[in-house]
Amino acid sequence: MNKKQGMQSVVFTNPPIITSTANIVGPMEGKGLLQGYFDYIMPDNLNGLASWEQCESYLMEYAIKKAIEKENSTMEEVDCVFAGDLLNQLMSTHFAMKNLKRPFLGLYGACSTMVEGMLLSAILLDGGFFNKIVAAASSHHDAAERQYRFPSEMGVQRPPVAQWTVTGSGAVVVSTLGSGPRITTGTIGKIVDYGIKDPNAMGPAMAPAAVDTIWQHFQDIGRTPAYYDMIFTGDLGSVGRDLVIQLLQEKGVDISTNYQDCGCMVYKENQDAHAGASGCASSAIVLCGYIYKRLLQDKLKKILFLGTGSLHSTTSYQQKESIPCIAHAVSIEMP
Amino acid sequence: MHCSSKNYNFAKGDNMSNEMNNKQQEVKEKMQQQKYQSKVDNVTPKPPLLKNICWAFVVGGLICTLGQLVTDYFSGLGLPKKEASACATAVLVFLGAFFTGIGVYDDLGKRAGAGSIVPITGFANSIVAPAMEFKREGYVFGIGAKMFVIAGPVLVYGMVTAFIIGLIYWIRQ
Repeated sequence: MNKKQGMQSVVFTNPPIITSTANIVGPMEGKGLLQGYFDYIMPDNLNGLASWEQCESYLMEYAIKKAIEKENSTMEEVDCVFAGDLLNQLMSTHFAMKNLKRPFLGLYGACSTMVEGMLLSAILLDGGFFNKIVAAASSHHDAAERQYRFPSEMGVQRPPVAQWTVTGSGAVVVSTLGSGPRITTGTIGKIVDYGIKDPNAMGPAMAPAAVDTIWQHFQDIGRTPAYYDMIFTGDLGSVGRDLVIQLLQEKGVDISTNYQDCGCMVYKENQDAHAGASGCASSAIVLCGYIYKRLLQDKLKKILFLGTGSLHSTTSYQQKESIPCIAHAVSIEMP
Repeated sequence: MHCSSKNYNFAKGDNMSNEMNNKQQEVKEKMQQQKYQSKVDNVTPKPPLLKNICWAFVVGGLICTLGQLVTDYFSGLGLPKKEASACATAVLVFLGAFFTGIGVYDDLGKRAGAGSIVPITGFANSIVAPAMEFKREGYVFGIGAKMFVIAGPVLVYGMVTAFIIGLIYWIRQ
């Protein structure tokens, strides 16, 4: 039976269940808007380790182990792990996986990795291949800065549109059995590039990709924004969020009342993060803490959750290429 | 532009109309991009120019005043003007490196912008910061190779400019 619906979407016949989540963050995120929604807040960005990259591996390992522990199951029950991060060759993910010793498929979708992993997990579970899959993503502010931008001690002024890469990691356990919110549908995004070249303006670069996927999701599944209690995007920041609302309004879709961006939910105004949070962990820590709890408490029943990724590299922007972007969506509903 | 917008012609017989279509497509894409860019410009917050300028003026001014004070001090010790200013430069470079090392200079730079980048202390910052950052990759491929990632271009073009000016000076003589 074909489960594909419309151009880019899938509808699950046996919706996989998100049975557990866990997250971990750095000190700055711990002091932000979502205090009390984290499993562990590190005292500093190194956590006693030798490098930021090692610390990021630790973040991911912690999140995956904690998510499994919270579910009262063991690592051996995990059939497969989908995970990724922002560093070249998925450095931190690979070292985390080395310790976990589970079958593993690495993903690179920049900041869309979390949703990419959940989407693939749900497809494999509904397809009857596996019973339990973990999807995880991580990012580390200092490790990402040194790869993409400047050394952390450089005295540079960031423009107001710039976002702050989240230090943290989130992991989701998706199973065929158990209780919790279900992944009911998914929409796979395509690359959208509106010619933005400034790597500081990732929110504006990614906004059209998010709009494209949201629009396609409604077309394919035959729903309207009102169907969802909330629509979340991963890390567009305040500028990108405003653009999404505006662009969808031009297409005749109004999401201004039930839409928020995870990048605007992490830091407080006075934390100097400018336009908000970014990085794989932006959507991961918000989903695995705040949103998951709201779903379990029945405060949210139906959400559309999008991961947004800007897929540039340091080479691509030095060669003056524009930023290709992507957004994937999953709808998560309480039974 | 990427190959996608060039659209390599696979169907040989249809080159003319394909080219026309590609041109139209490209023009359409360009227009869409320009329209989007203006939308982005409308919602993007502007940097607080006046505030930034004031910070840059005050901090940059203070660093230069400090430099002058140090120069005067060395002149007072009886050093000739040229040597006094060389000593002052060394002192300022040391201070820039020192405050980078203890993690203060980046906080200053965040506010002062050009005010702390343009003086020689900023140059020291741009060398010490990568040296600190890449220490974990070892003394050769880390510190040695990465120390001048940011300051390197300044040195290259500084030397090129000095060479050209020198050449002009030599010809005019």
